Amino acid sequence: MTTNSEQPKKPGVGQIFLEELNNRFKPPEKEKKRGRVGQTIAIPLLAVFTGLIIGGIFIILTTEQVYAAFGQSFGAGLAAAWEAVSKAYSGLFTGAFGDPARMIAALQSGDELQIRRAFNPILESLVTSTPYIFAGLAVALGFRAGVFNIGAEGQIFIGALTATFVGYSITGLPAIIHVPLALLAGAAGGAMWGFIPGWLKAKTGGHEVINTIMMNYIAFRLSDFLLTGPMKRPGSFNPVSPEILPSAWLPRFFPDPIRFHLGFFIALGIAYLVYWYLFKTTWGFELRTVGTNPNAAKYAGMNVTRNIVLAMSLSGALAGLAGANEVLGVNRNLAMAFSSGYGFDSIALALLGNNHPLGVVLASLLFGTLRSGATRMQLTAGIPNDIISILQAVILAFIAAPAIIRTIYRLRKPTVEEAGVTIRGWGG
Amino acid sequence: MTPVLELRGITKRFPGVLANDHIDLTLEQGTIHALLGENGAGKTTLMNILYGLYKPDEGEIFVNGEPFRVQSPSDAIARGIGMVHQHFMLIPVFTVTENVMLGEESLKPGGFLDREAAARRIREISTQYGLEVNPDSYIKDLPVGVQQRVEIIKLLYRNANILIFDEPTAVLTPQEADELFEIMRSLTAQGKSIIFITHKLREVLEVADIITVIRRGKVIGPVTPAEADQSKLAAMMVGREVKLELEKEPARPKEAILKVENLIVTDETHQVAVDDVSFEVHEGEILGIAGVQGNGQTELVEAVTGMRDVEDGKVFLMGKDVTHAVPRKFTEAGTAHIPEDRQRDGLVLPFPVMENLMLCTYYLPPFARRAIIQWDYVMLNATRLVQEYDIRTPSIFTAAGSLSGGNQQKVIVARELSRPIHLLVAAQPTRGLDVGSIEYIHSQILKRRDEGVAVLLVSTELDEIMQLSDRIAVMYRGKITATVSAEEATKELIGLLMAGTPLEDARQQIQKKATQSEKIGGAN
Amino acid sequence: MASTTNSQMFHKTFVRESPVRQRVMGAFFLLLALSIWFFFARSVDGSAIASFGLSTFQAKTQLDPWNLPALNTLYVLAIVCAILGGIQLSRGFKKYTNAVLAVVVGIFVFGFLVWATAGKSLNLVGLFNTTLSKAVPITLGALSGILCERSGVVNIAIEGMMLSGAMVSALVGSLTQSAWLGLFAAVLTGALLAYVHGIFSIKYKTNQIISGTVINIFATGLTSYISAKFMQVYPALNNPPTFGAIAIPLLADIPVIGEIFFVNNLFVFAMFIFIIILQIALFQTRWGLRVRAVGEHPKAADTLGIDVFKTRYTSVILGGMMAGFAGAYFTLGSAGRFDEVMTAGRGFIGLAAMIFGNWIPTGGRAAGLLFGFADGLASRMAILGIAIPSQFLLMLPYIATMIVLAGVIGKGHVPAADGIPYEKE
Repeated sequence: MTTNSEQPKKPGVGQIFLEELNNRFKPPEKEKKRGRVGQTIAIPLLAVFTGLIIGGIFIILTTEQVYAAFGQSFGAGLAAAWEAVSKAYSGLFTGAFGDPARMIAALQSGDELQIRRAFNPILESLVTSTPYIFAGLAVALGFRAGVFNIGAEGQIFIGALTATFVGYSITGLPAIIHVPLALLAGAAGGAMWGFIPGWLKAKTGGHEVINTIMMNYIAFRLSDFLLTGPMKRPGSFNPVSPEILPSAWLPRFFPDPIRFHLGFFIALGIAYLVYWYLFKTTWGFELRTVGTNPNAAKYAGMNVTRNIVLAMSLSGALAGLAGANEVLGVNRNLAMAFSSGYGFDSIALALLGNNHPLGVVLASLLFGTLRSGATRMQLTAGIPNDIISILQAVILAFIAAPAIIRTIYRLRKPTVEEAGVTIRGWGG
Repeated sequence: MTPVLELRGITKRFPGVLANDHIDLTLEQGTIHALLGENGAGKTTLMNILYGLYKPDEGEIFVNGEPFRVQSPSDAIARGIGMVHQHFMLIPVFTVTENVMLGEESLKPGGFLDREAAARRIREISTQYGLEVNPDSYIKDLPVGVQQRVEIIKLLYRNANILIFDEPTAVLTPQEADELFEIMRSLTAQGKSIIFITHKLREVLEVADIITVIRRGKVIGPVTPAEADQSKLAAMMVGREVKLELEKEPARPKEAILKVENLIVTDETHQVAVDDVSFEVHEGEILGIAGVQGNGQTELVEAVTGMRDVEDGKVFLMGKDVTHAVPRKFTEAGTAHIPEDRQRDGLVLPFPVMENLMLCTYYLPPFARRAIIQWDYVMLNATRLVQEYDIRTPSIFTAAGSLSGGNQQKVIVARELSRPIHLLVAAQPTRGLDVGSIEYIHSQILKRRDEGVAVLLVSTELDEIMQLSDRIAVMYRGKITATVSAEEATKELIGLLMAGTPLEDARQQIQKKATQSEKIGGAN
Repeated sequence: MASTTNSQMFHKTFVRESPVRQRVMGAFFLLLALSIWFFFARSVDGSAIASFGLSTFQAKTQLDPWNLPALNTLYVLAIVCAILGGIQLSRGFKKYTNAVLAVVVGIFVFGFLVWATAGKSLNLVGLFNTTLSKAVPITLGALSGILCERSGVVNIAIEGMMLSGAMVSALVGSLTQSAWLGLFAAVLTGALLAYVHGIFSIKYKTNQIISGTVINIFATGLTSYISAKFMQVYPALNNPPTFGAIAIPLLADIPVIGEIFFVNNLFVFAMFIFIIILQIALFQTRWGLRVRAVGEHPKAADTLGIDVFKTRYTSVILGGMMAGFAGAYFTLGSAGRFDEVMTAGRGFIGLAAMIFGNWIPTGGRAAGLLFGFADGLASRMAILGIAIPSQFLLMLPYIATMIVLAGVIGKGHVPAADGIPYEKE
């Protein structure tokens, strides 16, 4: 039994961080902790690893040359299969991080443009990761509050719309005001789009999954209307908004072609803020309690309704920031086809990151890197970049059903049940 | 004669628990065999094994002398074994007929359901065994007593010969329970055999032909009712002498802390659940609210803790009007609340013990300073309470959900009683706990009373109400039909009141019975 | 004795029926009446005639168009609406409220058509034909959802299953040059994905919404991948034969109705047949009783010897087959080729139609037709030259679903165990 002399020691920041990453504080026994922390990190890693293997098998199965080579001989077939996979994945790697040989050559030549070009891929990966961080945080925050925000896509769209509007319509502002204003507009737009389903859930019990899906389509129709009507670029035949004014651009750190911009650091800052909010403040405690057991939250005197609405609004705001970040930092205008499924990917990110801000950041970096690399892989290896969606689906499947990973790699079952995502049916 | 059912050496292990340890049990035809044990002793596990819901690790089952390998409930049903579950296995949106025929459907040619044929059989069964029910009613519209009848009909419809009743009286009044016993006797008279699972001593002595006691997964006994009395059975059940009566000082009530006037509260379906209720709870006394489950106690408790809004009437806490106040106002005014359903309301199971121990006051200093949680203090507080209230947990970082039921309840008790309070609202504070935990929680409640806290105790366990309360109010269909002092309260009186008998009639009935038995006694 | 306690045990039930809904509904009816006057009647030229065509140029017997004086018709409609609203406010239609609501909404829609057509002409038969064909994937999607959710498994992967079905049917149809084989392959694909969904949500007890999301992402990726890698490179792989329109002898010759209902392609007929079969199967057969039992209270079903897992697998796979069938509609019944993400959210609208239709097949059909109508109307807006952007009309199904979900029209009964994995031990 515990005695008075065993005053708990104040854990260091790093320890708390690790333990919270592990979803909650853990028993202090050393061995137990290693096992648990080990699995929370091992399972995502193994999931990603297994996903890459399955992706490789998929590439082999869909490469005609492999079949032709197997027709010749078994060895040739294996060689062709290996070549197909290695070509694809090396394309993915150099696409994501850059070609080391080219980097060295560029550094030796000393030509600045060459250097920038050589190092661009890795920075481009960070650029691609940035909206993922925002969107992943959005979904993770929702999960922590027990709401399943499947509507990040719509909120991203609305955030992009409002940010774009502020970005091109208000003239004469200095960047120091215009940039934050446009970002804020994006957040507000997304927050509004999250608020509606949040309010409906809290007040009427209408399930947020259906409502956010509906809100997605309403957002698409609305953007379609705005971009072909009121917000259409004068003189353009395509549904695209006017160019955003340079004063609202998120500053880029290097000259062209490097698009790496301030948004990445804003995303990291926001991730820390979300972490602080969730785990250090009473508001975060309320949010997590409401998300885990709304009845107990009510019993403890928390305002469940307000917390659900707040969580959905905050989640929407984060998603809106993802949209604003893209239009202000990368595209500098809004076209109908600007979002490439961040909304659904963000669910995978949140789960891969165990709904923890740090986890989400790491997962976003991974996915951003994969996406960014896939574009180059498509060029060099002829593998459509949609392979990434397949990879993501497989990884998400393994994360969602860790039992599969445990079976494959013969890991032990954890003694305490994982705190899974607690989402019920439509009953509300 | 061959017993209809024989269990030999049944053993079942769950992670960390030996739920059944080589259990032997013999059921003779036409008898009622009681299976007595505390909560968590392993009775239900044993029956789930017999019914094919769990697989035993060791042991054999014989039905009519033949070995019986049960893989699934359908095997059990096929061999004539049926079970009335503690939580009814009925589908609320289906009719009685649909519920009964499910899995054993009568079909018309072409594969369509023949509801009429099934309803006809149900009527036959109702007449034969005196189980009145309308086959076309929807379950959700039926009161619990009738729902239980539907459960029994379900078994008879399948020609079950061995009927298992799992804690069947938990939801009934003593009088309704007597009715159920009548039905059970008529079933055995017609050749059925019954296993009767319970933890209530009185019922066992009243209805059983033979009693097997299970303690921590092991069989003690069997004994016959003639060989046993309540205290002997209690000792067999718990493994030591148990005081059936609690020692307590007489109450010294002072001024009213909680005052409720003409309270009207509705439930989720907007039906009146608490109907014009008035009462007072004074400093230093325990007011017990007795009643069968579902007579408005839940709503009453929620109304006087701010969890449910009040339709009409007033609630005063130490003179202040708190009628429409939110739970936090009650907490801040010094109310402690042990909720009826600890896992649903009282705890956040995946959260660590230390977070559960700050659940109601997390926003107040010293737990938080300007919305920043002071984790140092949270840990200190948890360490202190874990020790003081003897909460058995591996650490304060362990998820509350992985503790045993008794220790979960101790977490709630520790949290609620560790702050300065004037009123304690305890709803079903010992439901489903083992005897040790029950005794502990009772002693804590009494301790607070003696310190001058006003206690409102709501329980469907009549024994608990009788042991603790200084005054007893009986709720029936949303009304407090009577309030009696602890001295006057007898089980019989409260039982009659719980069934809706007016106080005067109940007194007279008891009087009459007393004189009658006196007469009989005198004649002898 | 037994019967006395029986009645005694009933709780006091003086239900206080909330009059709020009655008033809200009445006000809504009045609002629609007012809208007909305010938005439509005021802006219509007094002499304008709304001309509704009653036959297409293919019909054997050409009927004269139906000409209505726009303004007067609108006034009549507004007055009828207002009267119904008045009755609803004063004494209420009680249990017929929803039926009256349907009538009032119907009147409003008709008023809209009259206003839009004033001074022009609109072919009603063509509009209804479009409605029916647009309703096919939505209704089939709803049926797919009903099959899954009645057994207690939430399926938001209908979209992905449809998309995969569309892709596979185009591919197999092109390879074999047989529409039937394409259809068969699509159904098989749906079943396969549903089986995966089943493994995750039934065996591994994964959150069913996440499992559905996995399948959606996977289906989007896979179909786009195959499309980009093969179908766009070799056009022969994306050229399946299609199912043409079938005219049912005799019935097709009935004026107006014949053309709307009895000259259609396989998918429209199949939709109606599936609705009838599923409706009967769910509520009148042993299979249906068991599926519903498993969706409401799996443990109760289990204790009666019903295999919960098997029942759920069967339902989910049947649902997947339905979604695959719906997917084939896009390629074999409509476009004649596969395009990336061509289902464009129809699976999700199907899910909405399921909720709208209260988890009942016939209800799903009604919702499917309603949503199909909005779709069909939107495509005609431009032709009629109406000032309202078609995008807003296209938003209506989504908004309507949200309103239904909010319980304004009364809460439906969700299968009680919907979305909750069953733990046996």
